[in-house]
Amino acid sequence: MADGSNGDAFVAFERVQKSYDGETLVVKDLNLSMPKGEFLTMLGPSGSGKTTCLMMLAGFETATHGEIKLDGVSINNIPPHKRGIGMVFQNYALFPHMTVAENLAFPLEVRKLGKSEREAKVKRALDMVQMGAFGGRRPAQLSGGQQQRIALARALVFEPELVLMDEPLGALDKQLREHMQFEITNLAHSLGITTVYVTHDQTEALTMSDRVAVFNDGRIQQLDPPDVLYEEPKNSFVAQFIGENNTLEGVVQEIRGDTCVVKLDDGEVIDATPVNVTQVGERTKVSIRPERVEIDRSRLQPGAHTLKAEVLEFIYMGDIFRTRLRVAGNNDFVIKTRNAPDQVKLSPGTMIDIGWLPRDCRALDAT
Amino acid sequence: MTDTAATTATPEDTGPMLAADGTPLKRSLARALRAQKMRALALIAPLLIFVLLTFIAPIVDMLFRSVENQIVSDTLPRTTLALKDWDDSTGDLPGDDIFFAAYQDIFLAAEAKTHTRLGTRLNYEFTGVSSLFRKSGRGLDDIGEVYQDAFKDLDKDWDKGAPWVELMGSDDFVAEAQAWEKGDALPEFELRDGMADLLPLTAVAYEDFARFQRVEEEKSLLKEEPWTLVHTMLFRDLQAQDVSGYSGPRAEMLKAADALVDGGELPPLDVRTTFEKIDKDWMDVDVWETIKMYSPNYTNGYFLNAVDMQKTPDGPAWRDDDERIYGLLFKRTMFMSLVITFSCIALAYPVAFLLSNLPARTANLLMILVLLPFWTSLLVRTSAWKVMLQQQGVINDVLVWIGLVDDANRLVMINNQLGTIIAMTHILLPFMILPMYSVMSTIPQTYVRAAKSLGATNWTAFWRVYFPQSVPGIGAGSILVFILSIGYYITPEIVGGTTGTFISNRIAYHISSSLNWGLAAALGTILLAVVLILYWAYDKIVGIDNVKLGG
Ligand SMILES: Nc1ncnc2c1ncn2[C@@H]1O[C@H](COP(=O)(O)OP(=O)(O)OP(=O)(O)O)[C@@H](O)[C@H]1O
Ligand SMILES: [Mg+2]
Repeated sequence: MADGSNGDAFVAFERVQKSYDGETLVVKDLNLSMPKGEFLTMLGPSGSGKTTCLMMLAGFETATHGEIKLDGVSINNIPPHKRGIGMVFQNYALFPHMTVAENLAFPLEVRKLGKSEREAKVKRALDMVQMGAFGGRRPAQLSGGQQQRIALARALVFEPELVLMDEPLGALDKQLREHMQFEITNLAHSLGITTVYVTHDQTEALTMSDRVAVFNDGRIQQLDPPDVLYEEPKNSFVAQFIGENNTLEGVVQEIRGDTCVVKLDDGEVIDATPVNVTQVGERTKVSIRPERVEIDRSRLQPGAHTLKAEVLEFIYMGDIFRTRLRVAGNNDFVIKTRNAPDQVKLSPGTMIDIGWLPRDCRALDAT
Repeated sequence: MTDTAATTATPEDTGPMLAADGTPLKRSLARALRAQKMRALALIAPLLIFVLLTFIAPIVDMLFRSVENQIVSDTLPRTTLALKDWDDSTGDLPGDDIFFAAYQDIFLAAEAKTHTRLGTRLNYEFTGVSSLFRKSGRGLDDIGEVYQDAFKDLDKDWDKGAPWVELMGSDDFVAEAQAWEKGDALPEFELRDGMADLLPLTAVAYEDFARFQRVEEEKSLLKEEPWTLVHTMLFRDLQAQDVSGYSGPRAEMLKAADALVDGGELPPLDVRTTFEKIDKDWMDVDVWETIKMYSPNYTNGYFLNAVDMQKTPDGPAWRDDDERIYGLLFKRTMFMSLVITFSCIALAYPVAFLLSNLPARTANLLMILVLLPFWTSLLVRTSAWKVMLQQQGVINDVLVWIGLVDDANRLVMINNQLGTIIAMTHILLPFMILPMYSVMSTIPQTYVRAAKSLGATNWTAFWRVYFPQSVPGIGAGSILVFILSIGYYITPEIVGGTTGTFISNRIAYHISSSLNWGLAAALGTILLAVVLILYWAYDKIVGIDNVKLGG
């Protein structure tokens, strides 16, 4: 599952570039390969080029440079309707003048399937998304979640091997969204479909995907399974984009194998894991997840560096406590502690010592 | 509160819901809404008044004019009344009493100069009546001149104003008339007591004369000799009445005249012969039939005319084939409007499609080109087509130059249906493009993309997905263009020749040239009805909510 070209990749982007206006590259040198059956999510801030990539794959935009392959065959010159890729659009794009059943029958009709076969498949697809009773309705007579299911069913009814989804859950409320996330992954896995899923929502990305591609500025910043992405971000963009994160700035003082010592800007010294710092004297941003910060000295390694911190704010959130600290001149240093019976509630104004395991503190690039 | 709850709880006795202050909820809601409604009404009031005055009122007036026919009974009140009893099915001319009534009516109308208007009106129904009435207005004066001269020879006073006033007027009136000075309001005539019984016909005629002098001429009766009609009536009265018992003013003069009449030296009154002498047409039963047929205050005659029928004594009947024009014109108007609508759809659809798929900036630029024709006068545009299409025009020149058309057989493209269709398609095209464009630009691109991703070819995606969604735009544009073209006037007038004109050109002709407003109104009403019926049919077939002028 490594980046770059891969012999048995089902979908492959090879050195793909895209520019709309001939001046700026919206997608810069994209390399990506997916094996069959994978659920891959493209995650990234607005304008980072996710939809553009999806559209190039679907055939609605042409790549300015590079090659896109499907099952080993270059599809650069194949028109969209011959690619056989299912697609779910953000606004569902259900045809308003057709009933639900007609919408579903459409891809089968253009494939010239017989009537009885069509009906059987439509029925099966509707049942698959638990909408069997709604075949006669118009899309406008359905709720958002129901429309979403129909859009999904329509994208799957002609049994494509690859399905693309562009923020399909964007318009739904939180509860429905979580429910649909579950249904989509279930369907995708049980049907063995390869899926490319685009979203803004990192929770969605983390919970649904086999792998997540984090986009920024037209490039994939990191492509990894969710746990790796969260725990081992490769650069400070990914660290900050995924999950909550505390950042401290400083200079690398010493590198010793897989740990290093960083001297923060206010003179304090901490332990960290060097990720993309290579030299002593280099500027770095270290990142620590709020839930990995320890306030109990006994749980730290002997001899570990600690920092003085002043409690600024204590927020009770039910399952966790969220405490805002001033650490090394940073007023937004947040820690999260579990609401356990023995957990102390820190009151504002208290001074405490904080520390962490070196592997939880990653020294990343300073940009 | 518990009381209310208790009452509403029992289903037999559900009292009205009460608001907090105890008034029924419905009433307080209505009061709250009334203020809102009044404000809304005040906002639309100027437009409402404007529309009522300039749009609804003329239409109502038009509808009214298409059936209104009071001119006949207003101008010929006695004749129309007398004709009621005339049985026209026998083919006999009306009796002398009707001729006598017509003499009175037409004489009065001629004095008021309304007989020519009536003539014009009846001429629409029976050609020649117009000149008949004009001649009669002049000729009927002669009847009374015989008697006027005879009375004058007997006594000069019969030809003066004052003696007549003394004879006919009440004492009060005589005093008032004598006291009248120029600049004052003229006194209203009042008949002497008993005069209506003594000289009934004369009294009526003299009263008409007196009213006419006061209202129309504004002259004192003392100075005006009466119409010859009055003398005729006097002759008739003296023949029939005994005036020996009369002892009021001018009794001597009256009795002398009576003696003259009784002497039998004066020629007898023969109105019918006079009518015959004036014009033989008065002896045509059809003339009288026409007058009788159009006596009622309201008529369906205009409508019958408008659908190529006519009133006959046996009810409505079709006109002869060679006199039928309106049916043909209506059919042609419908047909050509349809052709124009379809050519507009064919030309506008690709343009609107292109516009809606271009980036906004380019689309706006091209939109200006679409709207450009609106900046030139309609007349100029139509005249330009004349230059383009005529036989020595640009298009023919080019075709001849290319060699497609022989110089001797240049195409006839103007002053016929083709010319009208070409010019009107061009002129109405923006009305098709605009609604289409505004509908198409709201169709998101994702639908077509979705269709393609589902395996549809470009054509299938267009035809099955895009086109159905653009139908409301076609509908709106078609209604607009069709209704506009059905009532179009200027362009067919200029480039239509004789074969390319519309019903509206005929309406315009009746309004400005033949002045048959009733027929014009009937034609207009039929046109309005046709449009409404088509609109209704369209609603039934396509559904009016399927028409969108935008987003
Ligand atoms: N049709 C287009 N013409 C010109 N520029 C475009 C076009 N579509 C997208 N872009 C530009 O390309 C860049 C990437 O757009 P893209 O739609 O791929 O972003 P995205 O990652 O999908 O963002 P979002 O999360 O907001 O959907 C943006 O800067 C956008 O302005
Ligand atoms: Mg997008």
